[in-house]
Amino acid sequence: MKQALRIVAQLALYLPLMALIGYFSTAPKFSPVGENEALLRLSFIHAAQRKAPCRERSAEELAKLAPNMRAALDCPRERSPVVVELELDGKLVLRREVAPAGLKRDGNATVYLRLPVPAGRHTVAVRLRDRPGEDFNYTRAETVELAPGRVLLIDFAAAQGGFLFRG
Amino acid sequence: MPRHLQLMLRYLGTLGFLLFWLLAASGIYLYIRFDTSVAGAYQSIGDLEWWFGGVLRSMHRYAADAFVVVVLAHVVRELLAGRFRGFRAYSWVSGVPLVWLMYASGIVGYWLVWDARSQFSALATAEWMFSAGIGAEPMARNFLGAEQISDRLFSLFVFLHIGLPLALLAGMWVHVQRLGQPATVTPRRFALGALALLLVLALLRPVASEVRWDPGAVPQTVSIDWFLLFLHPLMYATSPAVLWALVLGTTILLAALPWLARRPRLPAAVVSLENCNGCGRCIADCPYEAVTRQPDRRALVLADRCAACGICAGACPSATPFRSVAELVSGIDLPDFTVQDLRRKLQAALDAHPDRVVFRCEHAAQPAAGGEIALRCLAMLPPSFVEYALRRGAPRVQAVGCREGACKWRLGMDLCAERFTGTREPHLRRNVRAEKLDDGYTFALR
Repeated sequence: MKQALRIVAQLALYLPLMALIGYFSTAPKFSPVGENEALLRLSFIHAAQRKAPCRERSAEELAKLAPNMRAALDCPRERSPVVVELELDGKLVLRREVAPAGLKRDGNATVYLRLPVPAGRHTVAVRLRDRPGEDFNYTRAETVELAPGRVLLIDFAAAQGGFLFRG
Repeated sequence: MPRHLQLMLRYLGTLGFLLFWLLAASGIYLYIRFDTSVAGAYQSIGDLEWWFGGVLRSMHRYAADAFVVVVLAHVVRELLAGRFRGFRAYSWVSGVPLVWLMYASGIVGYWLVWDARSQFSALATAEWMFSAGIGAEPMARNFLGAEQISDRLFSLFVFLHIGLPLALLAGMWVHVQRLGQPATVTPRRFALGALALLLVLALLRPVASEVRWDPGAVPQTVSIDWFLLFLHPLMYATSPAVLWALVLGTTILLAALPWLARRPRLPAAVVSLENCNGCGRCIADCPYEAVTRQPDRRALVLADRCAACGICAGACPSATPFRSVAELVSGIDLPDFTVQDLRRKLQAALDAHPDRVVFRCEHAAQPAAGGEIALRCLAMLPPSFVEYALRRGAPRVQAVGCREGACKWRLGMDLCAERFTGTREPHLRRNVRAEKLDDGYTFALR
């Protein structure tokens, strides 16, 4: 009798626990984006151009250096910040100035943006500047059709000509 | 509170160990069957036969959820009971990182499945990390396109899903280091109940994968495990910075709690070197590893670990009232409640009402009534005091402690049971008969 009571008591404890685990293990569902939304991701890693151009050393300067250090060009390590802008249907949704990584500011600049957008046709324009000055040296504008639940990835690779749209 | 629930709450920590070993055992089989490649991972999980691999997979998943429930309940219970300060600070603080290791182990496990849920969780984690500048480049880039994803990523996932639980296990070992006779094995009746629960759940509600990971898609709805993955929706509902603030703030608050809520401590036990013979019983019985040996084998109390429960005094062979000394000094004793005090109180009780001698733990369900002798723990009572009372005219002696699984000092009632039934030193002599009650003992001479 005592044993049976023990089993009943355990069941009374375990059943609610079982229901709790069974339910919250998969429910309620979560929506990372809305029902009629797509996702735009802007993500790239880019080493910008140097902030100051390389300078040719004079003969006197070279003579002052140790023989194994006599490089003809003196190139400052610091890179320009990367400025990136993203326009969606003519409206500026992102403007970011990203400093290069590293103590000497000579590393990569990294950008990552996750932007849920309504599904449908959009005009997407991106601009990037990776050198001193005011003008953007990389631009791309596209009209894209985004189905609900699809992702448009905007990457950047200078070696491939600039912005890459992958959808 | 129902007795069964009270007992189960007492064993939450041991249930954590049980679930960890179940996760390890089921995980080994799943790892054998798992294909660590982009092309094969999803399919290899789908290929598990439902009646064994599928059931094991479901049990693995539900055991992870139960592990979270049990660990969080363990934390809340200890917190509400105030068991985090003073001599318990070490166990409390060492437990704080284990909570996050548990979450990290579980979250990484989800990535292995390589379905939409994995995609959601991996990207959410990567975005969270990137927001704090962790990593030289956004980790999320690894998951953005098919060309970025390689089989080596699965080696990393597997390494994390094995390495993090191993770190968790090492942390669990550290966590119980300052407990004497740490309970890491669940009593069989609870263990079988927990395993049966998980098995029934696995059979009734087998775990299923979502659709395969598609880098070009974002799942519009995903059925997530709220026990382990709740941090992701929380981040999207607020911001990565808010989530960092919550995680770091909670961690710092929990870790600092023993000092923020400090209370005056009872004076620690002291050793009388003249009366200590180096038998080591106090060392064996201390529930908090607060007594150690000096080079000459005599006892040494580590004051910062001492709970002042008096169990060591109850274990000392010199703590016997039969000694013919005017001032009874034990080998180890509480400065504010000595064995001499206990003998004096017993003598007063015998003089006042020899027919009713009751020793009662301060933490028993009922407080000590007038004339009863209150003890800090029932295991503070050396068994020789019972015989002393019986031989000084008491027809019966009663000892009342905490109910099973509710001992304030962890081991008090277990030690009493062993001492009173003659399986642990110092034990009752054979001329005394001990009868077990629900929360104590009644003694009489044979």
